[in-house]
Amino acid sequence: MAATLTQDEALFQFLLRMGDNTLILGHRVSEWCGHAPVLEEDIALANTALDLIGQTQMWLGLAGEVQGAGKSADDLAFLRDVWDFRNVLLVEVPNADFGRTLMRQFLFDAWHSIQLGHLMKSSDPRIAAIAAKTSKEVAYHLERSADTVVGLGDGTEESHGFIQAALDYLWPYVGEMFTSDAVDAAMVDAGIAPDPASLRSDYDALVLRVLEDATLTVPDSRFAHKGGRTGAMHTEHLGHLLTQMQWLQRAYPGASW
Amino acid sequence: MYAQMVKSEASTDDPEKLAAFQARIDAGEKIEPKDWMPAGYRKTLIRQIGQHAHSEIVGQLPEGNWITRAPTLERKAILLAKVQDEAGHGLYLYCAAETLGVSRDELTEMLLDGRMKYSSIFNYPTLNWADMGAVGWLVDGAAILNQVPLQRTSFGPYSRAMIRVCKEESFHARQGFDAIRKMANGTPAQKKMAQDALNRLWFPALMMFGPSDADSVHSTQSMAWKIKMNTNDELRQKFVDQTVPQIEFLGLDLPDAGITWNEERGHYDYSDPDWDEFFDVIQGNGPCNTDRLAARNKAWQDGQWVRDGLLAHARKKAARKVAAE
Repeated sequence: MAATLTQDEALFQFLLRMGDNTLILGHRVSEWCGHAPVLEEDIALANTALDLIGQTQMWLGLAGEVQGAGKSADDLAFLRDVWDFRNVLLVEVPNADFGRTLMRQFLFDAWHSIQLGHLMKSSDPRIAAIAAKTSKEVAYHLERSADTVVGLGDGTEESHGFIQAALDYLWPYVGEMFTSDAVDAAMVDAGIAPDPASLRSDYDALVLRVLEDATLTVPDSRFAHKGGRTGAMHTEHLGHLLTQMQWLQRAYPGASW
Repeated sequence: MYAQMVKSEASTDDPEKLAAFQARIDAGEKIEPKDWMPAGYRKTLIRQIGQHAHSEIVGQLPEGNWITRAPTLERKAILLAKVQDEAGHGLYLYCAAETLGVSRDELTEMLLDGRMKYSSIFNYPTLNWADMGAVGWLVDGAAILNQVPLQRTSFGPYSRAMIRVCKEESFHARQGFDAIRKMANGTPAQKKMAQDALNRLWFPALMMFGPSDADSVHSTQSMAWKIKMNTNDELRQKFVDQTVPQIEFLGLDLPDAGITWNEERGHYDYSDPDWDEFFDVIQGNGPCNTDRLAARNKAWQDGQWVRDGLLAHARKKAARKVAAE
């Protein structure tokens, strides 16, 4: 793909990566509806999911425009198969318990907020505008997920155990956010987006500070599962998520909802 | 409306105090939490507001059932926002109940062990996407009829909570109607879903108003206290009268062969719901009672370590702050 990648193809891939991250994470978070540990968390989780779905409409809407095949954000969300999704693996892993859900949110929010900070200066004004709008929401997501991770880490022995287990499980999914490929190189050349690898030091500084406040131990490994943002190899979980999310559109093609 | 068959407590307080209290209510004054009130008034309100709050919380489940299957991003966002509003209503109502001297945790425990009820309607399943329109249109539509008058209820915190809740509920009802209209005007399969949703939810929606006044033993005292503003039959008739023309506008078949315009009464006649079914649902034998309560119990039990952890952290943080001062 790298040798023949046109600028628009690269931009399309980049926008899918942004939009698929928010789509799949928003979906996962929305699975909590009505089942959270306390009413305030039900409200906060629904609010986060709602923000992420709104952001998806913007990213995938622009992706459809750039692709130029007449596809809407809904077409992209509901009518692609697993191999066409470009989200990182981190956002598709199942919710498991509340600790894993909030740790996943924190590990993603930290990357997302740094990424959007750079995208606000994008040479593409459409991307800069989406970043400016969504970064405000994401700043709040980060504040909340970081506070909750600290609260659970520095809470009881039991809550510490849950959130440490979540970190241990999720840590191998962190590295993928900082891998760079030809799509990223094209974005860097055009001044559209930063090189993912260049965000790692800011990310580590932010994340390690919060995890330290949370009295958590960061796993001593930089091993990273990969394959989501290239689409080469998603987890088994994504297919199940799509069977649910896409069911109505697939079962009743062409209907308007 | 999410309060049905709320048992009204008789009062054994000092007759002079009771008379003065009733005079305040008759004069349209609001009763505030610190004011004297009969023990029965307090108890009945805790039961009613608590039942209403629980209904908002359990009510998240039948709609949450479709969030992950919403057919477009916009529909998903609308549904999420709506369910989030319901959780918010639960929060205002628990706060209103707390002013009467009961904690949210106590109320929650009474819901979870079955001592307190929630509206019968949430014990029915949501089986196709058109249910998301029908719930907003019929269920929220029925709830509004009860809640609009409750904005004038005698207890200040309940009345103020209802004012906020009603604004959002009427928005939900309009969104629900928009969603079902899309289905009713859609493909044959979509129209079939809309009809199926209407047929299934019609009688359960009528049951939301509670049994006929002739059989309702709790109304008189609650109406004197202005914590119940209209009779069950009045509200049910109003609901039928406003909904039948909407069904016709949607081009759907009427869900009850007994619906006919009665020129003499100036109202629609309609068939009574099956009250045996209603009492079965109230007693725990509705199609979803067991699953709904199990889901709430699981959420509460699974969340115990989270609540404990966050509370422990808040205490440590406060202690550290004190130590630093």
